[in-house]
Amino acid sequence: MQIPFTVENREDTAVYNGKLGIWLFLASEVMLFGALFSSYIFLRVGSTNWPDGSSILNIPMATFNTVVLITSSITMVMSWVGLMEKNYKKFSLYMFSTILLGTIFLVVKYFEYTAKFEHHLFPSTNTFLAIYYTLTGLHVIHILGGLIVNGYHLLFGKKMWETEPQRFTNRIEVSGLYWHFVDLVWIFLFPLLYLL
Amino acid sequence: MSEHSHKSEHHELKFWEKYIFSQDHKVIGIQYGLASLLFLLLGLGLVSIMRWQLAYPGQPIPFDKFVYPAGIVGVAVILIRGMKIGIHTLIGVLLISIAFLVKYLISNDTRVSDGIMLPEFYNQLGAMHGTIMIFLGVVPLAVGAFGNYIVPLQIGAPDMAFPKLNMASFWVFFVGGVIMILSFFLPQGPAQAGWTSYPPLSVIESQGQTFWLLGMVFLITSSLLGSVNFIVTIVQLRAEGLTWMRLPIFVWAQFVTSFLLLLAFPPLEAAGVLQLMDRVAGTSFFMPSGLVVSGTPLDVSGGGSPLLYQHLFWFLAHPEVYVLILPAMGIVAEIIANNTRKPLWGYKYVVYSIIFLGFMSMIVWAHHMYITGMGTAISVFFQTTTMIISIPSVIILTALFLSLWGGSIRFTTPMLFALAFLPMFGIGGLTGLPLGLTTSDIHLHDTYYVIGHFHYVVAPGSIFGLFAGIYYWYPKITGRQLNNMLGKVHFWGSLVAMNYIFFPMLIVGLAGVSRRLYDGGMQYAHAQAVLPYNEMMSIAAWFLALFQIPFIINIFLSLKKGKKVENDNPWDATTLEWATPTPPPHGNFLETPVVYRGPYEYSVKGSSTDFIPQNKK
Repeated sequence: MQIPFTVENREDTAVYNGKLGIWLFLASEVMLFGALFSSYIFLRVGSTNWPDGSSILNIPMATFNTVVLITSSITMVMSWVGLMEKNYKKFSLYMFSTILLGTIFLVVKYFEYTAKFEHHLFPSTNTFLAIYYTLTGLHVIHILGGLIVNGYHLLFGKKMWETEPQRFTNRIEVSGLYWHFVDLVWIFLFPLLYLL
Repeated sequence: MSEHSHKSEHHELKFWEKYIFSQDHKVIGIQYGLASLLFLLLGLGLVSIMRWQLAYPGQPIPFDKFVYPAGIVGVAVILIRGMKIGIHTLIGVLLISIAFLVKYLISNDTRVSDGIMLPEFYNQLGAMHGTIMIFLGVVPLAVGAFGNYIVPLQIGAPDMAFPKLNMASFWVFFVGGVIMILSFFLPQGPAQAGWTSYPPLSVIESQGQTFWLLGMVFLITSSLLGSVNFIVTIVQLRAEGLTWMRLPIFVWAQFVTSFLLLLAFPPLEAAGVLQLMDRVAGTSFFMPSGLVVSGTPLDVSGGGSPLLYQHLFWFLAHPEVYVLILPAMGIVAEIIANNTRKPLWGYKYVVYSIIFLGFMSMIVWAHHMYITGMGTAISVFFQTTTMIISIPSVIILTALFLSLWGGSIRFTTPMLFALAFLPMFGIGGLTGLPLGLTTSDIHLHDTYYVIGHFHYVVAPGSIFGLFAGIYYWYPKITGRQLNNMLGKVHFWGSLVAMNYIFFPMLIVGLAGVSRRLYDGGMQYAHAQAVLPYNEMMSIAAWFLALFQIPFIINIFLSLKKGKKVENDNPWDATTLEWATPTPPPHGNFLETPVVYRGPYEYSVKGSSTDFIPQNKK
């Protein structure tokens, strides 16, 4: 038994199964973060004394993280391009950079969180911090998920690349779509929490 | 591929690969089916205990009359055939564990004191009845079981698009169910803030609610994985020639249902995460400032909004209503076309109505919140969309009714359930209109009328549709027919009992009795005239439970003793699932099917048979 269109595109829909699947998954993710962003707006509009995010949070660190994450999106694309060029070495190099950049993001985030805790700024302090920790925390979980998947590709992908190169390339494309989405969420989070 | 080569390919599958951690959509469908039927039974059991308090408030529950006999019967059933192990062992173990569970529940005096149910226990039963019936019973049966088993067969696919994901989705669901069950064994019992879990009550409540939230996160994740899988399967794996307008209505229903699950569940997940933060991390997303509980001000930062939770919750929970009803409608459409021996009336109208219904269901949610004080303008908007959404429902129901016109109807057991679905869902739908109008809702909101309304939609509506599906597809799944006599007892008993339960609820509700009263309204002057109905409803509920016994016996008995089907297509049906061997092997079709015609070509002029299968040239 072979499930059709796991590798090649279906003619009338012009996608393979995995690609359609990831787009649907991302649609549900949009609804998840959309609901949380809406909650943020709802709570902020209904609040009488909403604190100024830029005076509490560390903008330079977040700016640095934004650059890191956008760069990691570029390296993610480059690793896929490597596979399209049948250049596994290029793939490995760029995939490693993607994972490295993702880890740097998490390390910076760790220092940001601990600095807040040292100043006794907890989720229970006020609703602004509550939504800050919830949104960024959920985003961190998404980054972690992406790192695990990408790490799996980097460490154990060689075998599939040798037997089913097209399928492996598809996997990287699908993981890339997810990674760009996580990047995009941060691009919304950064101004919303730190700047506005 | 021939069956032979297929067997040699897969001979290495071990028992646990084949039946436990299976990636075959049919095994997963059966796993979902058995699990959700058990949960439906549990939900019915919970409400049966709860109804004692409503019928005889403050009187000790006669547990001892049931608990010990149930345990003894359980032991007897196990020993009935010596020490041989079979289905009867399972039934016996089930009975004994129910006896132990009930014994455990009543031995705890935070729940039952001197045999009398305490208000906390009443609330727990109510909350868990709703949660289990919806999230662990009807949805997994409709989507997880029927969707998994039937959809790939009806579209001519060898399996779901992502078999591993499918397996993961079942086991995530299973973990969610286990967490919900475990919460019964917490010292303070399970969640008691209702299936809606409105804050601030749910946030200040005992630890049962944390388990509820964790369980829900698993159930939601399972639904998300499942819905991605369904949509990809239907879009990508349709057989050659199976164009969109040749899809059976059941597939269309599952397709739209999957979109609802995909897009409406995440906001509830968001609400769950926020509520979990409120409970665990001490945030105040849903906690307003200045909240005082039992005379002590709560130690929270405040500034949150309980209304926000209601918006997030109903953004899921209204589409959820259509998740409950659409698959059942799809099953009913299949069975009506098959048993009237004529094409479904208005196939295209039904399809467009299902799509429109799915879309509209996303923008009606706040009609559950008219009396929260959210503002007249918003209420008017949601009143308008609510009235609009009734149009496609009526179109579908009308199409199904008109399909009966001039048909030579076969009154088979599945057809009886499908026929009963029509007026029962009709009552459920029409009684919903006064709730959707802002003015009449002021009177009816949170009364028994609401309970009567949605139980008409879900119980003799959805669940009858699902029963119909079980009777209709059982021969394909097992190769044997379910017993007709037992089926008819099950049908007529359930139909009468359900109407005796739910119709009085409408009357009690119109009299203004609140749905949340622990004693059924005994202390209220306006409820006195309708109090006697409480006992009647309870007795009917216990009869409903009794009438499920023939069904349970039927399912197990017919596995071995049922009449064998003569061919792969015992109902003379047209859709592709009947073109597979019985039961379908791993990989489903012996040769890849090609579709040449629409789904309901019955009684076509000039044909030698009164049906032409979709894959016949």
